[in-house]
Amino acid sequence: MTAAIEFRGVARIYGEVRAVDDVSFAVEPGEFFAMLGPSGSGKTTCLRLVAGFDTPDRGQVLLDGADVSAVPPYERNVNTVFQDYALFPHMTVLENVAYGPRVRGVAKPDRQARARDMLELVQLGAQGGRRPAQLSGGQRQRVALARALINRPKVLLLDEPLGALDLKLREEMQIELKSLQKKLGITFVYVTHDQGEALSMADRVAVFSQGRIEQLAAPRELYLRPATAFVARFVGSANVADAALAQELGAPAPFAIRAENIDVLADSDAAPADRVTAAGAVVAVQFHGAASRWQVQLDAGHLWSALLPDSHRMHGLAVGSRVKLSWPRQAAVPLTPTSGGSSGS
Amino acid sequence: MRAASTFFWRRPYWYLALLLVPPLLWFGTVYLGSLLALLAQSFYRIDDFTAQIVREPTLATYAQLVTQPANVDIVLRTLGMAIAVTLACAVIALPIATYMARYASGRMKALFYVGVMLPMWTSYLVKVYAWRLLLAREGIIAWCLGKLGLGGVLDALLATPGVGGPSLSSSYIGMFLVFVYMWLPFMILPMAAALERVPGSLLQASADLGATPAQTFRNVVLPLAVPGIAAGSVFTFSLTLGDYIIPSVVGAPGYFIGMMVYVQQGTAGNIPLAAAFSVVPILLIFAYLSIARRFGAFDAL
Repeated sequence: MTAAIEFRGVARIYGEVRAVDDVSFAVEPGEFFAMLGPSGSGKTTCLRLVAGFDTPDRGQVLLDGADVSAVPPYERNVNTVFQDYALFPHMTVLENVAYGPRVRGVAKPDRQARARDMLELVQLGAQGGRRPAQLSGGQRQRVALARALINRPKVLLLDEPLGALDLKLREEMQIELKSLQKKLGITFVYVTHDQGEALSMADRVAVFSQGRIEQLAAPRELYLRPATAFVARFVGSANVADAALAQELGAPAPFAIRAENIDVLADSDAAPADRVTAAGAVVAVQFHGAASRWQVQLDAGHLWSALLPDSHRMHGLAVGSRVKLSWPRQAAVPLTPTSGGSSGS
Repeated sequence: MRAASTFFWRRPYWYLALLLVPPLLWFGTVYLGSLLALLAQSFYRIDDFTAQIVREPTLATYAQLVTQPANVDIVLRTLGMAIAVTLACAVIALPIATYMARYASGRMKALFYVGVMLPMWTSYLVKVYAWRLLLAREGIIAWCLGKLGLGGVLDALLATPGVGGPSLSSSYIGMFLVFVYMWLPFMILPMAAALERVPGSLLQASADLGATPAQTFRNVVLPLAVPGIAAGSVFTFSLTLGDYIIPSVVGAPGYFIGMMVYVQQGTAGNIPLAAAFSVVPILLIFAYLSIARRFGAFDAL
């Protein structure tokens, strides 16, 4: 099967900055594909390359197997939901949604009927006559979605579409987007800096850092077996032991260990034989409801965290107390020592 | 000082009053007051035998304005010129403003803004007289066209009935060129300001949905630039309607509204007719604004 989107050694360089640096990947038709990374990691540039707002300096971008490097945005069968929604302020909601068919020459009654159907799909059937400025953030988001879907694109690009919404609405929209994608069977490419969003919605996630893909895997794989220190930290904020600390702890290579796999022992407790321990001092205890996150400054210099249930026996220990962190040896995930993980926190 | 600050901080209305009263007094008395005085004058008339102003309310002066064909000609001539100048300014300004607002950045942008405003730092009279020399029969423009072998084109242009004349500097074409040159910055700046406010993502969204650049321009850029075009056109339109220097220095001998006001209140001493003539541009601009409003020029504000 031909990939819906394929990047072959794509690079995009702005002056001295390699925004995208030799990136290759393929997105399968009908897939929910997430591009995850911090700002400036190259994920949005990749999205712009797919939409056609930017062209690669090297390599090829293929849509449905065809090189689209010379194809302008208005001739690509791809639509975008913009971060700021980019709704036309001088048009009504219905006119906004009908804009795609309008510029493609669909007759007025026909395109308005289609726009009404799209508004029904995103549960905004009654709002067609209003201006974007009269809608709430969540409603605008839905209008942007309806407008992007009306052309029946093969690929829908979503650029941090939920970034401006509050938490509750964001969670509702995540579920809605996912079910919409299943229903329509369209390939979704979803750019976000929120790892929770990427993990909960996507079939596969590409983690970007400094213009490169650090790891491309299914969410579970990404979480349980991060390939690099950067991925371990960025996806679920795991603790990372660099080469020096790993050696000190008797491990052959750098490794990551999740906060929920770490237990906190009193300084006087004996170290269990089947577990690794590291001594340090409590810096802070953050209450998160069911669990508390303990920040511990290791004697080796790293700031690690442990996620403990609120009922934990060590609860109430003063900040500054000496403790030991302990974890089962097999919970450590070995990492390939590569780029992106240079900062030793 | 501190006590005064606290006083105003606790009483925002006093603070507002302090800010607004002086300019409102100025605006109210000097500006609106003189405008009303002018309006009042236009309802007086001049006694034809004594040349004295008769201070009794009458519509005789307005009757004279609208019934004498010469006066109607002056109004129509000025209005036609104002419309032509406004259209030309809009057409020339649009690409320049688009470049300034959407494409230029950094030094280039600063250079363009300074370049557009620079002519306004020069004396208005100097520019008008400079243009008269440029447009003269033996002037540099005629000379350049002659050297390029386009002298015939110029002659054909000047032979056009109604707008032509013996030379550019003594034809309506020349006057039109000078007007366009003079008021162009007043069109470019508000237009560029309106275009700057259009987010780039709107243009991308339009292209993304399948619109060609021409469609994007027509459906998105132009409607959002219309308030700026409307603001600029009010400048070019009203400045042309009221100007009396350009028509008296450059162009054909026909009178314009501004010249008529100047002549009537000066040499002729007919203050009521001068006042009636100066009410005409005000009415025309009101008419223009209400037409623009009807076409939705201010909907995006």
